[in-house]
Amino acid sequence: MDNIPENSLITRGGENSRVITSLGGTEKAKAKRLKRSFRQIRAESAFKRTLIITALIVLIVVIGIMLTLTVQSTLSMKTLGFKFLWGKVWDPVRLIFGAYPFLVGTLFTSFLALIISIPFSFSVAIFLGEYYPRGWFSDTLKNVIELIAAIPSVIYGFWGLFVLVPIVRNFEAKVGATPIGLGILSSSIILAIMIIPYAASMGREMIRMVPSPLKEAAYAMGATRWEVIRSVILPYTKSGLFAGLLLSLGRALGETMAVTMVIGNTSIIPKNIFSMGNTMASVIANEFTEAANPVYLSALIELGLVLFLVTVVINMIGKRIIKRFANV
Amino acid sequence: MNTGIKYRIGKSNVFKIIIIILASACVLPLLAILYYILKEGVSHINWDLLVEVPKPVGETGGGIVNALVGSLIIVFFAAIIAIPLGVMCGIYLSENKSTRLAYWSRLAVDVLQGVPSIVIGIIAYFWVVKPMHVFSAFSGSIALAIMMLPIVVRSTEETLKLLPDTLKEAALALGLPYHRAIMRVIIPCGISGIISGAILSVARVAGETAPLLFTAFGNPYLTTNIAKPMQSLPLLIFNYATSPYEDWHNLAWGASLMLLIWVLLLNIITKITTRKWRVQF
Repeated sequence: MDNIPENSLITRGGENSRVITSLGGTEKAKAKRLKRSFRQIRAESAFKRTLIITALIVLIVVIGIMLTLTVQSTLSMKTLGFKFLWGKVWDPVRLIFGAYPFLVGTLFTSFLALIISIPFSFSVAIFLGEYYPRGWFSDTLKNVIELIAAIPSVIYGFWGLFVLVPIVRNFEAKVGATPIGLGILSSSIILAIMIIPYAASMGREMIRMVPSPLKEAAYAMGATRWEVIRSVILPYTKSGLFAGLLLSLGRALGETMAVTMVIGNTSIIPKNIFSMGNTMASVIANEFTEAANPVYLSALIELGLVLFLVTVVINMIGKRIIKRFANV
Repeated sequence: MNTGIKYRIGKSNVFKIIIIILASACVLPLLAILYYILKEGVSHINWDLLVEVPKPVGETGGGIVNALVGSLIIVFFAAIIAIPLGVMCGIYLSENKSTRLAYWSRLAVDVLQGVPSIVIGIIAYFWVVKPMHVFSAFSGSIALAIMMLPIVVRSTEETLKLLPDTLKEAALALGLPYHRAIMRVIIPCGISGIISGAILSVARVAGETAPLLFTAFGNPYLTTNIAKPMQSLPLLIFNYATSPYEDWHNLAWGASLMLLIWVLLLNIITKITTRKWRVQF
């Protein structure tokens, strides 16, 4: 009982009490102490103010983004009006601006990519969440999926241009379409690869959150693995899985470089999966620096504004759903 | 007979196999990309690539030193702007959970996370390039900094949220002023999470091309002046890959390999940081 750990505390307390007794000091020392504590109080409030300012800066940046996009696209809103979104022709030389081809191109590539990626991302989610949550193989798979998200999009584009496009071209020659290779199909495949990680990791988290008593009850009634997945796990996680899909859709809509490099960049309304096209992001990337006419520039910015609003809304809905799901 | 136990077990096994096959198939694209970039990149990496600027079309050889230096400078300045700002904002959000400013600020971070990179490029063009009347590396840094902000804020906030309140209370009870309690106690405890978030944000923006298209713009010469247009690795890859010249394609392969190594290395460092000094409480 002699060497109790509190021993050290007691000596420290003793030292402290000595300090306290010596506080009386001379007038000079008193003034010095006062000055120091004032300085600390000032530093404290300055620190708090800095924190508030940084939080404000983030808010201001976002408001600034919205304001800038809106202000800079007023010209196009005024001169082109609502028919901008439904105009079928985009011809900058004759100053005809219709965004419909890009709307179709963006939605077409993104949804096709989503459909291609769904079987894969859900498989990864179920595999990592339910079948093999642990072990070297699932660790490797998890890291690989994360690396897929880490590769820069310009490298996807480069790879797509030199590897995927020839493959797609051969495929097109076989099925009797014009063998170009560039186009909706190539960009959707690249996009699908790029968005797998988002839906997969979100789905894995959701599947992990399924309470085990639910699953155990189903097993106890004699359900097979698949029946548990289909009638317990999927219904329980469906809103979460949907949110994961929304987030990856948001990624696909805003993705620029990879799509720009393989979609063919022709401002026409894509007719089928083999035709070339343009998305909102790719047309901005291609034509922004050459837009000399103010209306032309403003029209491109309005495209940016539409893109911004759509992705933000989709992301917000996705995050809301996840938050609600996580709180249940 | 459809509900026979053999049938059900068989069905379950079939689905298991399908899922294993589909999940394993996701490894293929990564392998294909790594393999192809390695194959093409290694054969074009040599000393010249690292020390020379690109030669004009028609001459073989040349290097990408301008892009390497440019990338480093642009990302460095972006990090200097975004990391302190993001960490401070993260501290604010974790310290003030329910103020009105925290609510809106958190919403702003959420919005910022989803903004397409090309839109950030437009914004940096109007905020920096247009007032200065010249494309500049600095405007590229601003664009990348805006992209880094949400990642840094989020990782800081998430890390600090894990720390127990008793830590801060103990520090304050000992008479430490608020700012020193944060700087000397809270930050060191969560430093691994903050650092890995910062590295992750660098890794995320190091490969970004779209925000640099109308800001840093690209430059065939070596420059260190951040008020002038500057080349960067992703921009060089984009411009040279879409050009019709074989020599330029070769430079782009070399550049892709370097960019890939850089980005993957940063990601691995992040992993090790989080695993080694995990915040434990």
